[in-house]
Amino acid sequence: MTHLTLSLVEIATPILDRHHNDPTRLLQILHDIQDELDYISPETMEYLANKLEIPITRVQSVVEFYSFFHAKPNGKFRILFSDNITDRMLGNKDLFDHMLNRLHLEPDTVSEDGLVSVGMTSCTGMCDQGPALLINNMPITHLTPRRIDEICDLVKSGLPVSNWPSHYFKVDNNIRRADELLATAYNMGDAIKAAVAKGAQGMLDEMKRSNLRGRGGAGFTTGVKWELCRNSQSDERFIVCNADEGEPGTFKDRVLLQSFAGHVFEGMTIAGFTTGAKQGFVYLRAEYKYLVKSLQIFLENMRAAGFLGQNILGIDGFDFDIEIHLGAGAYVCGEETALIESLEGKAGRPRIRPPFPVTCGYKNKPTVVNNVETLCKVTEIARRGGAWYEGRGTRQSTGTKLLSVSGDCARPGIYEFPFGVRISDVLEECGAKDVIAVQISGAAGVCLAPHEFHRRIAFEDVPTAGSFMIFGKDRDMFEVALNFAEFFAHESCGFCSPCRIGTSLVKDMMQKIAVGRGTKYEINEIQRLRDQMKNFAHCGLGQTAGNAICDCITKFRPAFDKHLSSRDFLPAFDLELSLARSREVTHRDDADAHLGAK
Amino acid sequence: MSEIANTFTLDGQIVQFTPGQTILEAALDAGLYIPHLCFNPELKPHGSCKLCTVIVNGRSGSACTIKAMPGQEVQSSTPELDGRRRLQLQMIFVEGNHFCPGCEKSGNCKLQAVAYDLEMLNPHFPHFFPERPIDASHPDVMIDFNRCILCEQCVQTSRDVDGKNIFALAGRGMKSHLVINSPSGKLGDTDFALTDKAAHVCPVGAILEKRVGYAKPIGERKYDEQTIREQIAADAEGGL
Repeated sequence: MTHLTLSLVEIATPILDRHHNDPTRLLQILHDIQDELDYISPETMEYLANKLEIPITRVQSVVEFYSFFHAKPNGKFRILFSDNITDRMLGNKDLFDHMLNRLHLEPDTVSEDGLVSVGMTSCTGMCDQGPALLINNMPITHLTPRRIDEICDLVKSGLPVSNWPSHYFKVDNNIRRADELLATAYNMGDAIKAAVAKGAQGMLDEMKRSNLRGRGGAGFTTGVKWELCRNSQSDERFIVCNADEGEPGTFKDRVLLQSFAGHVFEGMTIAGFTTGAKQGFVYLRAEYKYLVKSLQIFLENMRAAGFLGQNILGIDGFDFDIEIHLGAGAYVCGEETALIESLEGKAGRPRIRPPFPVTCGYKNKPTVVNNVETLCKVTEIARRGGAWYEGRGTRQSTGTKLLSVSGDCARPGIYEFPFGVRISDVLEECGAKDVIAVQISGAAGVCLAPHEFHRRIAFEDVPTAGSFMIFGKDRDMFEVALNFAEFFAHESCGFCSPCRIGTSLVKDMMQKIAVGRGTKYEINEIQRLRDQMKNFAHCGLGQTAGNAICDCITKFRPAFDKHLSSRDFLPAFDLELSLARSREVTHRDDADAHLGAK
Repeated sequence: MSEIANTFTLDGQIVQFTPGQTILEAALDAGLYIPHLCFNPELKPHGSCKLCTVIVNGRSGSACTIKAMPGQEVQSSTPELDGRRRLQLQMIFVEGNHFCPGCEKSGNCKLQAVAYDLEMLNPHFPHFFPERPIDASHPDVMIDFNRCILCEQCVQTSRDVDGKNIFALAGRGMKSHLVINSPSGKLGDTDFALTDKAAHVCPVGAILEKRVGYAKPIGERKYDEQTIREQIAADAEGGL
């Protein structure tokens, strides 16, 4: 055994023991190993595969699938800038370049001393306090050139991130408008007690009465989901809280988990009580890893108070516990079957549906997957009843909705409104002026122009998972569309060919337009590819990948036209530019050396 | 009372099915062709190439994964769907490096056969020209990753039929690629054998037997004799 292998064994053994050598915990094992070793080497992959008795390819597949796992050295400090459009609008590219200059680095390249690397990542959920970055999974918000300088100095000093002054990692809640969910005082156990008093069937009836619909975007009726799970024949059931809040521009689940975790956990426990599930998982996106410690302390307190564990409230057989499971940087895991795959320790490729998770989910057992916010709403229904709940909002969209407001406005942050609120009312409340567009529900959502601002936030009008990004009069909507195109090409899981290839083709065409080589031809092609993905793609990611881009094309055509060449077609390849190096080395500048000049 | 017949209509034609069959399985049994690529009747449906996308009662979905139900109205051979399939093929062609004229699989390749059948005349999009080194480390079999379409037929066959788990997919998005289960990542360092069923399942020319190249000249091969559509009709007839 080589020297290296010995240290690997020393590091890996306690980690593997802690995770009971269980391959379904592969993502958690890799997180822990990477925290110690900075990256997952081929040697580590082989070692883990042997210990977990799985093929090496299974480990490799997971490492290569998730953005936050690395098969190559990444430096002691791994810095990732959030690259959502709202970060770009706040100047993240200049700050990124500034940091690279200060550290004498190329993007995604480790410094020669192995100290640091700097790259970009998809939206980290800090849009109301951007530009933001993650350093070894810890968020730093409100970036300025000065703050970047300070970070660079700390990095050069080699001080471990855990010893940095805590003020760097302060994350604000920015709650601007509170209603039923955010304004009600929390008292541990009240909701669980109220649900137990109703009984499982009674609680289910209240849920159905409330007409609560899923807050993740799709809007499926939560009570019906629970009932399907409860009625599925099985010896085991599971409750999963989808905290993979990856939709660009949304951060409400981060606030809920940071300051309202009790609502989430009690909602899960009530779901367990009602459906008969005994185990719950919180699938937390890796960008929110900094919350794990406080969440675990909260769970401990709940256990100590008898609201989690065996015989909850002294009721025989009411057993339920919750475990936190970290994702690793993959937007597609917000899709519930991809999330379940990931929860089982695999790459997050969406499954073929049907069967649906309510009958065949985690470990092929009936599984309820609910959004963080949905689970919070459950506690309201437990405490105040379905009939009361149904009285808020609109007929088809009951209750209140959290909106994550970011972009061009005076007061970005979290706004809780009853469903049915008009876009224009939200804009007024957050102090947005001269707005040309609002992107609702993230990159997969819809882009609305001013003539549509009378429309309402509701499943029957403008549905949303909560992202609300505002663009003022000086913004270039082409840049917005370009950001979304790059996002989807980066996040496509690669399983089905329409999305895998289509998102990359769209990205390439948008980048071609950006450098001034696009024509009307590319605009038509992008729309054709959008239709292709919408009709042929395997899951919601691919089916919606082209929507916002095409919305922008339809509603903000001049923003595109100004980038377009008036020719019928230009090749992506620029002959004149490509010959520049040849001219340089041959010291020629005559007409024949300019074959590509028009 | 008469029982509900186990039939659906495919482009207006009545198709019988046995409960549990997918639309594609039932259609193929009846000798009716729905273009497809990643589907293999001996394996679990994969549903990734999306060429078999059909419209079932007004909604689109993969014929290889949707179960046949009595009374379904399925549209497949429409100008719109065939146009989309052609576009999908063009996307698949530009993603990898497919040089049909020099490929050992030419004439036996399903991708090429489907493209001929759907009259795909050009690749349309700029090629991605990915760099994908070949793996010739195994004594009897070589892998040319340039032609891999990520259908996972080798993955499934090696795992479920051969019981060896030689292959898997890794990576994400356009970086998805086939990987080999050995510490070196080379096929030569596995117990893969030419007698494995997975050695003969590749629908394109990614997994090839060594030393038998061009034994049968191009022009006299499977799909040179009959189009894929004709083959499927003939296979169904043979099976009856």
